[in-house]
Amino acid sequence: MSEIEDLEIQLLLEALFQRYHYDFRHYARASIKRRLIQARLHLGFATISAMQDRVLHDASMLPRLLDFLTVQVSEMFRDPTYFKALREKVLPHLRTYPSLKIWIAGSSTGEEVYSLAILFKEEGLYDRTIFYATDINPEALAAAEAGVYTIDRIRKFTENHQKSGGKSSLSDYYTAAYGRAAFDKSLRDRVVFSDHSLVTDAVFAEMHLISCRNVMIYFDRPLQDRAIGLFRDSLTRKGFLGLGSKESLRFSSHAGAFTDFVPGEKIYQRREP
Amino acid sequence: MSGTPIQAVAIGASAGAVQALLAILPALPASFSLPVLVVVHVPPDRSNMLVPLFQSKCRIKVKEAEDKEPVENGVAYFAPSDYHMLVETDGCVALSTDEPVNYSRPSIDVLFESAADYYGSALAGVILTGANHDGAAGLKAVADVGGVAIVENPDGAYASAMPTAALEATPSARIMSHDQIVFFLSSLGTAR
Repeated sequence: MSEIEDLEIQLLLEALFQRYHYDFRHYARASIKRRLIQARLHLGFATISAMQDRVLHDASMLPRLLDFLTVQVSEMFRDPTYFKALREKVLPHLRTYPSLKIWIAGSSTGEEVYSLAILFKEEGLYDRTIFYATDINPEALAAAEAGVYTIDRIRKFTENHQKSGGKSSLSDYYTAAYGRAAFDKSLRDRVVFSDHSLVTDAVFAEMHLISCRNVMIYFDRPLQDRAIGLFRDSLTRKGFLGLGSKESLRFSSHAGAFTDFVPGEKIYQRREP
Repeated sequence: MSGTPIQAVAIGASAGAVQALLAILPALPASFSLPVLVVVHVPPDRSNMLVPLFQSKCRIKVKEAEDKEPVENGVAYFAPSDYHMLVETDGCVALSTDEPVNYSRPSIDVLFESAADYYGSALAGVILTGANHDGAAGLKAVADVGGVAIVENPDGAYASAMPTAALEATPSARIMSHDQIVFFLSSLGTAR
């Protein structure tokens, strides 16, 4: 049973790649399997193969499947100490540049984009920065660009923001109505939302800071390595890379290209080449 | 006993977990030769204090699991708070921030189901005290692939809901006290 299902999963991932160029073949398989089984149950298919049949012939099924495969619910200022470290240790360096490029890779529904935008506003760096928010899921990108979150999440966002050393009040940045909080468009007028895949796409600009948190834990090791190589090649000399609190460069072949800049917070700095 | 030699142990615990695990993990001998994968429900914001605690008490090596870390024998891996811990198809441990399962992250079901997938009948799964039903589906997955399913005796447990739910899902599971669990695990992991 389980062996057949494993085969079906392999075939479905191959089908998604061949038909739609979405490449999940090197995603960590155990998580993908959980997500596909959830998708199968929610979408009402008896088998993964039946789901594959449908998604191959009916493109409207793709976004629904992508939702299960990619969307990550995060929080604003998730891991407040990470943002505190950016504020206190990284931004003093970034301040020395006349203009800045920041890449939020795997921006999902935008929580981290708004967090960084607020941080940069508070530190007076927003106006000289361009933020690139990229994801492979078009619906997630649209949600990120909309910047609307249900109001029940705001308490946690506010708490995180304060713990991160926030200098303003989060409520300055959103308007609440009808159970939703809509974040101000002044937080995204310097954000470029764009489709980009760490699996198949290449370098697109020279960055001063790349934040890619809890994205690579979904990759297998070879794919993690590809992504880290891409980050290395995308960073300016002495640029910064921030990862999720349980991610590290330790197992990567590119580890030598970085120094551990804020060790506990998984903030790395690109060595001089 | 079962035909396949056991290659790994998965343990899940919730309310009352610390006392239960203190009765079990420190009692394992230094020569214990299996990996032990542990999920304990801890509040997401609290840094995981369990690892230093058990490091100071145990004779086997104890550490917080890192993403894509190869599983080694004789080491107890604790899931970090606010991350699921899974066994990957290549036998590494993997972490995920997928949404909570049974309101829990880490979830016992997520660990047990992925471990059952990888180890099959070479896995022993142990459900300890807890006040919810996480782990019931996971233990059933372990039993379904022919692994050894063990449940702490609900009568002696700090919180009986979790072992009771596990037993309802897997009536064939072996019911044991803490001492019996120690004896059973030690016999699996030191005989050879």
